[in-house]
Amino acid sequence: MLRLHCPNCGVDCDETELSAGGEAHLTRFGPGSEDDDFESYLFMRKNPKGVHFERWRHVMGCGKWFHAARNTVSLRVYGTYPAQVTAPPEALLAEIDAVEPGWRNKEEA
Amino acid sequence: MAHRLATGGRRIDRSRRLGFSFDGQSLEGVQGDTLASALMANGQVLMGRSFKYHRPRGPVTAGHEEPNALVGLGQGGRFEPNARATTTPLHEGLRAQSQNRWPSLKFDVGAVNAKLSRFLPAGFYYKTFLWPASFWHKVYEPIIRQSAGLGRPPEGSDADRYEHFYHHNDVTIVGGGVAGLARALSEAQDGKRVLLIDQDDRWGGRALTDGMRDGATIDGQSAETWVADAVARLETMENVTLRLNLQGTGVYDHGWMTAYERISDHRPGTEGPRHRLWKIRTGHIVTATGAIERPLAFAGNDLPGVMLASAMRDFLDDFGVAVGSKVVVVTNNDDAYRTALALHEAGVTVRAVVDARTSVTGALPGQVRDAGIEIVTGSGVKATGDQVVRSVELCAIGGDGTSKGRISCDAVAMSGGWSPVPHLWSHCGGKLLWDDARAFFYPDANRPPLGADGGAMVSAEGAAAGDLTLSALTQGPEEAPMRPVWIMPEKAGPELRTKMFLDYQNDVKVSDIQLAAREGFISVEHAKRYTTLGMATDQGKLSNINGLAVLADARGEPIPTVGTTTFRPPFTPISMGSIAGEARGEIFQPLRRTPIHAWHEENGADFEPVGQWRRPYCYLRPGEDRHSAVKREVLNVRSNVGLLDASTLGKIVVKGPDAGKFLDLVYTNMMSTLKVGRCRYGLMCSENGFLIDDGVVARLSEDSYLCHTTTGGADRIHAHLEEFLQTEWWDLQVYTANVTEQWAQIAVVGPNARKVLEKLGGMDLSKDALPFMAWAEGALAGIPARVFRISFSGELSYEVAVPANQGRALWDKLLEAGAEFDIQPYGTEGLHVLRAEKGFIMIGDESDGTVIPQDLGLNWAISKKKDDFIGKRGQERSHMTDPDRWRLVGLETLDGSVLPDGAYVVDEGENANGQRNMQGRVTSTYYSPTLDRGIAMALVRRGPERMGEVLEIPGTDGRSYKARICDPVFYDKEGVRQDV
Amino acid sequence: MSDLATPLNGRRAVGYVTVSEDAPRGMISLRGDLSDGGIAEAVRAVTGANLPEPLGLTAGEAGQVAWMSPDELLLFVAPNQTTDALTGLRSRLEGVHHLALDVTDMRAAFRLEGRGVREVLAKVTPVDMQTLAPDTVRRTRLAQVAGAVWLSDEETAHVVCFSSVGTYVFDVLATSAAPGGEVGVF
Ligand SMILES: [Zn+2]
Repeated sequence: MLRLHCPNCGVDCDETELSAGGEAHLTRFGPGSEDDDFESYLFMRKNPKGVHFERWRHVMGCGKWFHAARNTVSLRVYGTYPAQVTAPPEALLAEIDAVEPGWRNKEEA
Repeated sequence: MAHRLATGGRRIDRSRRLGFSFDGQSLEGVQGDTLASALMANGQVLMGRSFKYHRPRGPVTAGHEEPNALVGLGQGGRFEPNARATTTPLHEGLRAQSQNRWPSLKFDVGAVNAKLSRFLPAGFYYKTFLWPASFWHKVYEPIIRQSAGLGRPPEGSDADRYEHFYHHNDVTIVGGGVAGLARALSEAQDGKRVLLIDQDDRWGGRALTDGMRDGATIDGQSAETWVADAVARLETMENVTLRLNLQGTGVYDHGWMTAYERISDHRPGTEGPRHRLWKIRTGHIVTATGAIERPLAFAGNDLPGVMLASAMRDFLDDFGVAVGSKVVVVTNNDDAYRTALALHEAGVTVRAVVDARTSVTGALPGQVRDAGIEIVTGSGVKATGDQVVRSVELCAIGGDGTSKGRISCDAVAMSGGWSPVPHLWSHCGGKLLWDDARAFFYPDANRPPLGADGGAMVSAEGAAAGDLTLSALTQGPEEAPMRPVWIMPEKAGPELRTKMFLDYQNDVKVSDIQLAAREGFISVEHAKRYTTLGMATDQGKLSNINGLAVLADARGEPIPTVGTTTFRPPFTPISMGSIAGEARGEIFQPLRRTPIHAWHEENGADFEPVGQWRRPYCYLRPGEDRHSAVKREVLNVRSNVGLLDASTLGKIVVKGPDAGKFLDLVYTNMMSTLKVGRCRYGLMCSENGFLIDDGVVARLSEDSYLCHTTTGGADRIHAHLEEFLQTEWWDLQVYTANVTEQWAQIAVVGPNARKVLEKLGGMDLSKDALPFMAWAEGALAGIPARVFRISFSGELSYEVAVPANQGRALWDKLLEAGAEFDIQPYGTEGLHVLRAEKGFIMIGDESDGTVIPQDLGLNWAISKKKDDFIGKRGQERSHMTDPDRWRLVGLETLDGSVLPDGAYVVDEGENANGQRNMQGRVTSTYYSPTLDRGIAMALVRRGPERMGEVLEIPGTDGRSYKARICDPVFYDKEGVRQDV
Repeated sequence: MSDLATPLNGRRAVGYVTVSEDAPRGMISLRGDLSDGGIAEAVRAVTGANLPEPLGLTAGEAGQVAWMSPDELLLFVAPNQTTDALTGLRSRLEGVHHLALDVTDMRAAFRLEGRGVREVLAKVTPVDMQTLAPDTVRRTRLAQVAGAVWLSDEETAHVVCFSSVGTYVFDVLATSAAPGGEVGVF
C-alpha cells in the first residue's frame, strides 16, 4: 500500500486516496502524426523493473495530478513533482543517479 | 489422563466457574481458561479429527500456531468453524463442536481413510481425478467437494459487527515480551510515537513462565517485576500506545500494517464490534514475535497427548492443567528439560527424558537427573496408542527403529528445538539466513524489507531475531547445543515414515515429501503445492522447517539451498467480518440517492442500479408487472404527459476565456459557435476514437457552458476533462466544476408538457419564447429554475433543473399541476423504450468502448472543420474507415416478436474454431408499446447499405429469428412531435 | 422557507459520539488563481475572512473559508446570504478568470460531538486523526466515498460530502459511533 506525497496540497496520501495514471511524460500525437508515433503515444508503455516515472491523481483529496519517480521493485520513492512539466526535474534525476548509477542505461535497453 | 492440578495456574481464577459444552456434553472450566485447557481439565484431550485421514487429534500447542484442536464455536449467526481451542477464551455458555467427524468424535466413519492412507499419497487428487474429462463435473467434483474443507461453513448472516481503525505512528512493535517491551522503552524515550501490541491478553511473553521458572533476572529484577515495571513506565508515556489482544497480521509496502483485534470473542453478544482490523501506517516495524517450538518427526507423533514440550508446561504454569499423569519427554535440546522439571515439581510422574544427543551435560539436564528422573540418551521413540498415546518404544537415534524397550505413558512432551517467527519480517521481502548449529532460519539484518526512503522498514528483536535465550537481557541457565533431528530415528524404514506427521492439519507425512521429491517436485514451492505441506490454516508454523529439512535430505542438499516457501499475510486466519469492517447491509457500498428518492420509494418504484445510483425502472401499480407498467408509462408519455427524475444526469460547468476552445477539443463537434441560450447535442471520444459519452451542452454565458453527461458518466467525464486540462493543455484558461448534485432535474415530457408547466407559472415557455434546443432561466412556481427544451423521447419535452433541496417541492408541484392531465412518472425502462423508438443511441448499449460515432451514423456530429479533437487522430486509422465495419441499423422481426438481448447476427460459413461466422449484433431490443411490436437496433456489417435485407439471428432460447434491416428511427421520422 | 431544506432533514444519531446533520449553511465553490490579490480581496469582502493557508480554515464575521486545492476555496456563509455572497464575488471578480458557484445543495454536512470524535473518524478515513490540528481541512476518503473532515475543537468535528451519499456517510458515521465501539487510544 503505497504512500505518496502530493506536491499540490502537501498531504502524504494513502494509496486509496489516489488513482494511478500510468507512465509519465508521454508526448501527445494528434491529427497529421505518423502511424508509428500515434501507436507509441496510444499503446506503447514502459514496464521497467526499476526506476519509473508515473502519473497519479489525488482523486480523494485536492483532485490534482502529480508525477512520481519510484523504483518498481524496491518501491523506493525518489520524489513527487508537479504534473505541468514534460520531463523530470534535473535535481531529482541527479538524486536517482547517486542511488542507482546506470539506471538510465537500463531504461534504454 | 489429563486433569486439573490442585494448585497453580497463573492465568486462572478458580473461584469463578464457567459452564460450557463440547459436543453437547456439559462441562465446567474456570475464568481464564482457554477452551483447550478447560477440556483437558475435564480429561478431554481428543478434540478433533484430521483433514485427510480423520485421525484422532488433540492440541499440539498452547497458542496461535495450533494445527489440530480446531472446533466449531457458537450457533446460528455466531457460528464460527475452525476456531483454535488453544486461543479461544472460555466464557459462560460457550458451545463447541468437534469437526471433521461422523457420526461422533470417538467413532468416525471417515477414519477408514487412515486405513487407506497408502492409497492416498501426495498428489492423490492430481493423479486420480484427471481422466476422463467427462467425469470432472458430474463425478469428480462432487467427490472432491464432499471431502473438501474442515469445519462446516456458517449459515445465514453474521450476527456481529466489525470495524476498521486507522492508526499512524513512528514505530509499531509487534510482540510484548521482554524484547518488545525493552525496544518500546528505548524508542519511546527517543520521543517517537510508539504502538506496542501483543496477540496475547498479557504482557511479558515467555519470560513470565520460563523466566520465572529459571529464576532469571533482568536488570537485577525478576522477570515478572521487570515486565510489570516496564509496562507501568510505558503506560505513563504520552507517546506510547499499548494494546493487548491485537495481533500483527500483515506487513505491506511503505510501512503499512494490518493488525487484528479480538474484542468480544470472550463475551459474545455484547454491545460493540467483535473484531477490529487496524490499518496502521508506521515509520518502522519491529517484529519481536518470539519463537515457535518445533515438533519431532517420529512415528505416532500425532496421537492425542503428544504435545510440544513448551505447550505442556504452559498448560501447567498458566492453567494448572496436566496433560497426562505419566509423561515421557522426547527432545534434542536442553529447553525441554524445563518441562520435565515443571511436571515433576507439580507432582506429575515423568517416566523418562529421551534425548537424541549421546552426551547430555547441561545445567537443566543436571537438575532433572538430581530430581531422580531417568535420562535416555542417544535415543528416539515411536509412539503408540489409539485415541490417546499409550506408550513409547525406545530406539537408537541413528538406527532403523528397532525397539530397545517400551515405556507406558499417557502424554509425550516433544521438542525439536525452536524457530524464530520470521513471518512479519518476510511478508514484504525481508531475507533469512540459516543457522546450522541451532537449525533455524532467522532474519538477515543486512537484507531487510525496504521502505519508501530506501531504508530498512522492519527490524527484528529478541527471539524473532534469532536470539533465543534472551541472554543479552536475562541471566538464566546456560543451555548446551541442540542436535538437529529431522527424522526420528534417522534410518527409519517406510513403515515408520508413513506415520511421521510433518503437517498435522493437512496430514502430510515424511513419506509424502520424499515421494514428491522422487516424482520431481524438488522445488520447495512445488513440493508444497504437491503435498499441501504448509497450506493449511496454520500455514506451516510447525511443519515448515521439518518439511524443508526432509526435502533437503531427499535432494541431498543443504537446507538453505532448498530455501523456504513464501510467508504471506495474515499471520493467522482472521475473520471475514474484520476484513469487511463496517461495509455490510445498508452500508455495504454507497448508495446514491436523488433528492426525489423518498417519493419513488413511497410510490411503487421498482429500482434498478445505475452505477451507484438507484433509479426507478418503472412504477408498479397494484396488479401490474414490469412489462405492463412500462407499457402504460410509455403510452402515457406519447399521448399525454410523463415525469422523469433525471437528477442523476451529469452536469459539468466549464468556464473561462478558453472554455469554447477547450470544448472544441473534447467534443467531436463544434461547441464554440453555440449561441448563449442555446443547446447542442455533443459526443465525446477517447484518444482511441471510441465514443465514451454524449449529452446536451448549453451555453450559459459568453465564457461558460453547462455540459450534460450520461448518468454513469459524470465523475468519469469530469475526471477526463480535468486530466486534459491539468496534464496536457495546462496553458488553457478554463475551470470546470462537477455540479451534478447541485441540481435536481425533472423531465416533463409529452404533448401536455407545456400545459402542465404553464400552470406552475413564472416563465414564458411558448414555442417562440423557448424554442426547441433553447434554454431559459427564471422561476417556476417560485422556485429558481433553468428550463432546457431538449428531448430524449421525440416528444414535446422540458427538462427543469432546480436547486437539489427544492427538487422534491418541484416534483410535488408538477404532480399537483398535472393531476388534471393524469400526469404519471416514468422510469428508466420507459426512457429507454422512448429513445429506442426514436432511434436515439444509448451510451453502453449502442457503444461498448469499441464503437466510433461514425459506426452509429453520427457523422453529422463530427466536425470536419476542426484541426484537432480528442479521438480525431484515432478515427483516421485505416481500420476505423474500413467500409466493412459494423454500423447501426434498425431491425424489425418478420413476425413482430422481440429479439433477445445481446443476440448475434450470423453469417455464412464457420471460423477457424468451428463457430458460425458473425456479421453483427443486436445492441438494443424492446417491445414498443407505441408500435405494438418488437423493435431493435443493431450493428451490422455495412448495415446502412443493406436496407430491406433479412438477417438470421439465433436466440439463446433455441429459436432462430428473422429480422429485416430498416431505418433505426421507428417513430416520427420527421421529428415534428418534439418541435411544437 | 424551503431554502433551508437539507438532504437528511436534520437526522441525528446518539452513540458514544453524537452524529447529526449540521445546521444549513450556504456553500460557494470558488476557483481561481489564489495568488491573485483580487481573489483575496473579494473573499474578504463577502466573508470577512482572510485567505487560508493550504489545508487551512479561516473565519470572518460573515463566513468561513476552507482551502480545497491550490486553485479552489469553499466559502461558508449564512444560508440566506448565499446569493448575495455569490453576486458580490462575481461583481468583484469581473474580468478576473475565476469560477464561483453555489454548491450548497450538492453537499451534505455533519457534525460530530463528543470526546471520541477523533477515533470515530479514524475508523473511516486514512487521515492521521490523532494529530490533525483543529481548523485543518482534510479532503480524504470516508469509507468508500470522498469527503472533507476538520475539527473545530477537541470535541467537535465536521464532515462534508456529496448529498447523494449523505445517507451512506451518516449511516457509516453512526455505525462507527455506536456504543461499545470505543477504541480509547487517542
Ligand atoms: Zn493533493
